[in-house]
Amino acid sequence: MLKINDLHASVEGKAILKGINLEVNAGEVHAIMGPNGSGKSTLASVIAGKEEYDVTQGSIFLDEEDIDELAAEERAHKGIFLSFQYPVEIPGVSVTNFIRTAINETRKAKGLEDMPGKDMLKMIREKSEMLEIDRKFLSRSLNEGFSGGEKKRNEIFQMAMLEPKLAILDETDSGLDIDALRIVANGVNKLKSKDNAVIVITHYQRLLDYIVPDFVHVLHDGKIVKSGTKELAHKLEAQGYDWIKEEVGV
Amino acid sequence: MNLKEKLVSSFMAFEDTVDVHSSVHDIRTEAIKTFEAEGFPTKRQEEWKYTSLNSILKHDYSVFPKHENDLEFKDVKKYFIHDIDAYKIIFIDGKYASHLSQTTHDGLDVCLMSSALTKPKYKMIIDNYFNKIAGKDSLSSLNTAFSYEGAYINIPKNKVVEKPIQIIHFSTGNEAATMLQPRNLIIVNENAHVQIIERHQSLTDNPVLTNSVTEIFANKRAIVDYYKIQNDRQSATLIDNTFVNQKQESLAKVHTFSFGGKLTRNNLNFYQNGERIDSTMKGVTIIGDKQHVDHNTLVHHIEPNCESHQDYKGIYSDNSTGVFNGKVLVEKLAQKTNAFQANNNILLSDKASINTKPQLEIFADDVKCSHGCTIGQLDESAMFYLRSRGIPEKEAKALLMFAFSNTVLESVKIPEIKQRITKIIADKLGVSTGFDL
Repeated sequence: MLKINDLHASVEGKAILKGINLEVNAGEVHAIMGPNGSGKSTLASVIAGKEEYDVTQGSIFLDEEDIDELAAEERAHKGIFLSFQYPVEIPGVSVTNFIRTAINETRKAKGLEDMPGKDMLKMIREKSEMLEIDRKFLSRSLNEGFSGGEKKRNEIFQMAMLEPKLAILDETDSGLDIDALRIVANGVNKLKSKDNAVIVITHYQRLLDYIVPDFVHVLHDGKIVKSGTKELAHKLEAQGYDWIKEEVGV
Repeated sequence: MNLKEKLVSSFMAFEDTVDVHSSVHDIRTEAIKTFEAEGFPTKRQEEWKYTSLNSILKHDYSVFPKHENDLEFKDVKKYFIHDIDAYKIIFIDGKYASHLSQTTHDGLDVCLMSSALTKPKYKMIIDNYFNKIAGKDSLSSLNTAFSYEGAYINIPKNKVVEKPIQIIHFSTGNEAATMLQPRNLIIVNENAHVQIIERHQSLTDNPVLTNSVTEIFANKRAIVDYYKIQNDRQSATLIDNTFVNQKQESLAKVHTFSFGGKLTRNNLNFYQNGERIDSTMKGVTIIGDKQHVDHNTLVHHIEPNCESHQDYKGIYSDNSTGVFNGKVLVEKLAQKTNAFQANNNILLSDKASINTKPQLEIFADDVKCSHGCTIGQLDESAMFYLRSRGIPEKEAKALLMFAFSNTVLESVKIPEIKQRITKIIADKLGVSTGFDL
């Protein structure tokens, strides 16, 4: 589904990604771990199409299509979803109307009519119940004054509504207490299928106890320096990153 | 002959058409003297530092335009809020257009200034209200000197007017250049409620200069809800001078939506003559090209326990320029005043500019006054957030601008007006629909 070849990216002339290779197939969950500043969030943003990042070398393919030239919204229309580490507060736009606009713009891009209002409401009800989101919350301004946990839950709610092919969860566990973490992880697990894939970016093993990865990759200084299965995440949790640095000689 | 000379000499011709022995005419005569002495304002005056009328005044305006009222409703329907039942006072090139209007004397007066100024039965009201709060500055004086036609609205005590009142001034461009000076008088008596919509609209690209004066009296516990829709052609200039006098416990709100015109200057003045008064002025300005919009506001807090709220949002693109000059004057007697002022702006181009200047003069010591102004660009991280959810760039921009304007839009009490404004904004931003926020 996603194939990244020798990806180099920089921001304002500073190289951040220095040759990423990654292949994610439908039905898989990949975790990307690594110390601060290793390029995890940059990788997420580059896949989602943030314009501030320049791809200087390499390519990103989604279903055999090179998406490097596509705008963020076009990537979203093709099924890429990024759950933000720091969701942006947008006063004046309610959660409901925002998600309605996002869904209908995506449908428009696919040549479909707007989703009928009652279908939309039904879907909103189902997904918000699944994530234990209070209905009142949905009429509030997007992310404005939300607690850290509410913001993350709202991100997963949007993911549930948009039903992406590839979801990238950037530090979705930060700012969540254990109950919220469980709710969010349950939500993600319910959305998982053999047709979609998830990339979980995290510092900690904690989230991976709930969203169990098929593969774990360690990012260091803009490169994936080690890949393995979920046991790798346990080892990182127990021993930190230093042993990897020694092993790969950095 | 420049425009000032032309106007001063035209005054004599004007005198041939009106009753020169009336008390109103004494006021006119005084006013033309003021205008003659002061002339048009220039950038040397502090209040006009950022707005120049030079390029506007160079046209050879026809001061008394010929009138051929051949406009039909279907030609101008789109400028009406036509999906609601409303009283209508419509003018074409300054002349009353009865076939487009719906006036009344049934339980309230929605009619013409020309009647009010000339008919004996209105004399007492005119003596009590006419030109009592209009400014004595040169432009208001110029309007006063030629005051003859406009809307006259008088809402009696306890009357809640069910239908809004629309005042529309059309200019046809039958003349190469037209100058219009409508004069409106609105009296809302004790405990009465009214909603008014005002619009100036030119129908061709011939230059039009409108110098309008509106006096609004909100008496004890009256509620006045006033909407100004400014979305005129690129050839039109509007100088709007509005004066609101409030008595105790009255509530007056003026919303100004400025989306078009070559140059728009809004002089909006509130005077609080009583306690527990609430004055609200809000505005959304969205302009581009070389358009210029200047909001010059004043709230004069004269008595204690009153409030004022100002919330102006501006979005400027291309080479457009904006001015916000908001003056809040709190007299020594006006203790426990709450005065809030906010002016937030987004500049979408490097060449657009806004000059914003809050001016607080506070002589009382127990007051709450706040003001804030911001100038920024569109938030890039918010743009990426919206686009990553599948909302295209243009729509994402529009959504952010709607959200930015929403504190003003949400206080519009007439749903049809809100829809209309939303539609105008959507058209300006090039998106297919407004966002139901």
